[in-house]
Amino acid sequence: MRAAVVLFPGSNREGDALRALRAAGIEASTVWHGEHGLPAGTDLAVLPGGFSYGDYLRCGAIAARSPIMDAVRAHAARGGLVLGICNGFQILVESGLLPGVLVRNADLRFVCQFQHLRVERADTPFTSCYREAETIEVAIAHGEGNYTADAETLARIEGDGLVAFRYCDVQGHVKDGRSPNGSTNEIAGIYSPNFRVLGLMPHPENLIDPLVGGTDGLKMFESLADSLASA
Amino acid sequence: MKARITVTLKTGILDPQGKAIEGALRSLAIPGVESVRQGKVFDIELSDTAAAGAEQTLKEACDKLLANTVVENYRIELL
Repeated sequence: MRAAVVLFPGSNREGDALRALRAAGIEASTVWHGEHGLPAGTDLAVLPGGFSYGDYLRCGAIAARSPIMDAVRAHAARGGLVLGICNGFQILVESGLLPGVLVRNADLRFVCQFQHLRVERADTPFTSCYREAETIEVAIAHGEGNYTADAETLARIEGDGLVAFRYCDVQGHVKDGRSPNGSTNEIAGIYSPNFRVLGLMPHPENLIDPLVGGTDGLKMFESLADSLASA
Repeated sequence: MKARITVTLKTGILDPQGKAIEGALRSLAIPGVESVRQGKVFDIELSDTAAAGAEQTLKEACDKLLANTVVENYRIELL
């Protein structure tokens, strides 16, 4: 599998993303946002965390209109894999690849902490190495991660099983109103209808080494590596 | 020609910044403040050649970039 990590002005987690991809045996390189195409043979496009364009206008808004995003949209339309982490998730919703929007955290605070998540399904290219309903611990670090969508969109996301991860406590209990940022239905990440595009606020790429707090994030990258090996 | 675009959050969308400002105004004892919603203003200068279809051009600018119509409304004023 080959992955391209898109570098926007203000991205700052691209190194972490590259490291996590390579740790799972995925060949990975960066591509500049001003390019009009992804490198030949790209299976997975990764939009990393950071503060693209200084979060000007709205988080991810300007990055979502950069030249490379037409190529990412075309890649997704062909059924290519796309992973957006944190600012990358914000870019995905701004680009129309995923529905809804991420607004300011309900309590106005930038949250930076370890966080438990419930894996909603384990039958996708991103989660096949997890168990369904497994509780994992990863890191979150964002000021605008409060997932919001209109009632019709939410009903569709929930009805079609497109929620990827929910914020939960250490026992795996998802409690109404207990997300760290005010997200509707405690949503931490969502899929596109074909489960090939995933956007999530937490940082699985930061939890791949026992030296820095755990390895629960590594399985996402191993899942991706497996999905292509078996394709 | 000049135009002003005002982008505001839709009714019902949580506006924590507006709420914080509302609280600050109350703490300053500014009388009669019922509520505050924060928005954005864009002052745009258009070339004379663009003036003819200005309303349409600016609507496109709002829909494509200036507003996220999932949570925001916009108002265009030609000045």
